[in-house]
Amino acid sequence: MKFKFLGIIVFIILAVMYMVGREEVHNLTIAGSTSVQPIAEILSEEFEKQHSGVRINVQGGGSSAGVKSTQSGTADIGMSSRELKSNERGLFETIIALDGIGIIVNTANPITELTMEEVRKIFTGEIRNWKEIGGIDAPITVVNREAGSGTRGAFEEIIMGPYDFLDKIIIQGSNGAVRQTVAGDINAVGYISLVALESRVKALNIEGVVPNPETIKAGDYKMSRPFILLTKKEPEGLIKEFIDFALSQEGQRICKEEGLITVR
Amino acid sequence: MRTSILMGKVFKSILWFVAFFTIGVLLSILSYILKEGVGGISLDFLLGKPEAMGKEGGIFPIIVGTIYVTAVAIAIATPIGIGGAIYFNEYSRDTRFIRVLRFGTETLAGIPSIIFGLFGFTFFVIWLGLGWSIISGGLTLAFMILPTIVRTSEEALKAVPRSYREGSLALGATMWESIVNIVLPAASPGIVTGIILSIGRAIGETAAVLLTAGSSLKIPHSLLDPARTMSIHLYILTTEGLSMENAYRTATVLVFMILIINTTANLLRKKLSSRAYKG
Amino acid sequence: MRGDSEREILKVSAFLSTIVVFLIAGFVLWQGLPILRREGLFSFILGREWVPSKGRFGVYPMIIGSIFVTFGALLFGVPLGVACAIFLAEVAPEWMVRLFKPTIQLLAGIPSVVYGFFGLTAVVPMIRMYLGGTGFSALAGSIILAIMILPTIINISEDAMRAVPKEYKEGSLALGATEWETTIKVVLPAARSGIAASIILGMGRAIGETMAVLMVTGNTPHLPQVERNISPFLKVFWLFLEPVRTLTGNVVLEMSYATGDHQSALFATGIVLFIMIIILNVLANMAFNRR
Repeated sequence: MKFKFLGIIVFIILAVMYMVGREEVHNLTIAGSTSVQPIAEILSEEFEKQHSGVRINVQGGGSSAGVKSTQSGTADIGMSSRELKSNERGLFETIIALDGIGIIVNTANPITELTMEEVRKIFTGEIRNWKEIGGIDAPITVVNREAGSGTRGAFEEIIMGPYDFLDKIIIQGSNGAVRQTVAGDINAVGYISLVALESRVKALNIEGVVPNPETIKAGDYKMSRPFILLTKKEPEGLIKEFIDFALSQEGQRICKEEGLITVR
Repeated sequence: MRTSILMGKVFKSILWFVAFFTIGVLLSILSYILKEGVGGISLDFLLGKPEAMGKEGGIFPIIVGTIYVTAVAIAIATPIGIGGAIYFNEYSRDTRFIRVLRFGTETLAGIPSIIFGLFGFTFFVIWLGLGWSIISGGLTLAFMILPTIVRTSEEALKAVPRSYREGSLALGATMWESIVNIVLPAASPGIVTGIILSIGRAIGETAAVLLTAGSSLKIPHSLLDPARTMSIHLYILTTEGLSMENAYRTATVLVFMILIINTTANLLRKKLSSRAYKG
Repeated sequence: MRGDSEREILKVSAFLSTIVVFLIAGFVLWQGLPILRREGLFSFILGREWVPSKGRFGVYPMIIGSIFVTFGALLFGVPLGVACAIFLAEVAPEWMVRLFKPTIQLLAGIPSVVYGFFGLTAVVPMIRMYLGGTGFSALAGSIILAIMILPTIINISEDAMRAVPKEYKEGSLALGATEWETTIKVVLPAARSGIAASIILGMGRAIGETMAVLMVTGNTPHLPQVERNISPFLKVFWLFLEPVRTLTGNVVLEMSYATGDHQSALFATGIVLFIMIIILNVLANMAFNRR
């Protein structure tokens, strides 16, 4: 009885050590952009099928989180959906595909087309009511991404340039969350990865061009950005195998099926 | 006098109205979630694998992940917490050092969970290099529930009559023997209640585990694997708008888990107090 | 002497269970102080711009956001909660108390993310429909928080009222006061400190709550603004319909990718949150202990 209490503690500690020490499967952790996440999930599922004993954990967090966790070693492979900034250099980058950014509105919104300038004016707050651009008389609900998002980074680069976003803006933390907000609010506008597009929201034509893989590849639809896999140093071993798989014929076929533009 | 009686009636009826309104609001939230969720829960949902990032399929890996993270938190916090409570209540004298320690546990209880998350993410995940893992999430939660366990255990120990200890000591038992054989068994229902309540709190917590336990949908194989808990899953399903049906179902399972846990704790507490009345 | 080793082990666990708080507090301070020292505490707290990419760190909008949702929550939660407590302690028949109390206690344990889920799917669309705006607003946060703190306020206030000695009430009734006069003039003042404690606890929970608020408030890092030309009183009402970001939301939204100064600024946000909790507690204590 005397040592029962201590015994329990020792047992727990031993059990914990046993479980920690049992590590034998090969693990890969991939983290970062929520835009790249869906394609990474599918790629890793296929990869696991071909390599028994390999487990790949895919996490979200945003492009900047992908950069940070690759630098800190928390993730083996980082995902970014924008070009790296000058102060983020030093990582090894592999572009696996290109993706379009779609401007989305509620399906009940009569607007079908905008120019890039109109998009910018909406996001800077110069245009505040849908009637100013031929829509109904209702204030525009502008939905933005959080500051670490790669989609936002790419959007800033392509559309915003030196201009600032308007103050009165909703911030959501992922493509899905923006889509969810726009699907629920008839006056909302936002931007998401074209891979995340669903019929619950409507993607607008920009400068008269329909957003799809063909128009992006041809360079007619201007709003596109790279999907990048990041590693701390030149990939080797299992990490290299995975990246090679993403670039292989099969990997690129999967990218294409998901609506991305292949690079190989 | 007449107006005063009338006022009394008005006052009473307002209270009735407000009370029913409040209870109604609270219950309507429960029914809102359960109504949509209960129908969709099947064995396939509980034991199935999630597909397409949780849009389809079940939540089995998430239930497993929740159990792992919570178990690690409880396994770490319980021995330390109970040990600390025994020390505070049975051994310590009221020195300045002890007062500082006590102040520490009380302050810990008031820290918002997001601070634990911030600390856990920077300290465990990045500094100690534990990565997003069950052990990081479990340690963070252990820190969070420690004060609850210390406090409830201390209360339970305090409720054990002094005569128990004196009797045991008089019979020649050492202090430690009396604690292990007499005091702890007598206090155990109270201590167990505290642990059960902590389990409930750990399962329901989101902010502290979101960036420490990770959000992988795989069944974890070791403590260094990331895992997704029920609360994180519900958060991701909802905010990403992946699947409202699965979100309702997950919320329902989560609510049922918590209700069962808290009801168990309440029943234990009642049993405890009824025993106290008897003598 | 035998038993010394056990004693030492227990001492260590007592020490461990406490050192944690100093570890966390120390770590947060150590990580957050550099940016506070460089930017200056006041320009950090009063700065109106939060643009981490350009190195501008001002948490004033988030402080206002936290205050908005917390006071909004108290505005809804305290009257309802205290009225409920009076009902349960003074008016309700015994069987009803036995039914209501466990229900309320169980609801206290519902995870905050479930309340957030309810807020996102029910409260936000309702505000959008009936009051206009986007629905993501300080008001939505206040409503959800009010619901979340109700059980705390009801439980503790009711206990406080039940603890008022019977003699007080009997004396008042014997002097010819009616029941409701007794409740308002005798029971409530006597239970004052308990009710105050319940409100302070509820406030602490509201200001520290993260996920439920994050899901419904819209999270814009700017001060809520209303351009309409209306009276200040009405303006406050409309301000509640604007999106806000709270201090807790600021941390959870950005911590996964923050590095360097930005990360330090998030820890500093944590420090500000902590200071606010302490200040609110002191203020509330002063307000309630004043005779």
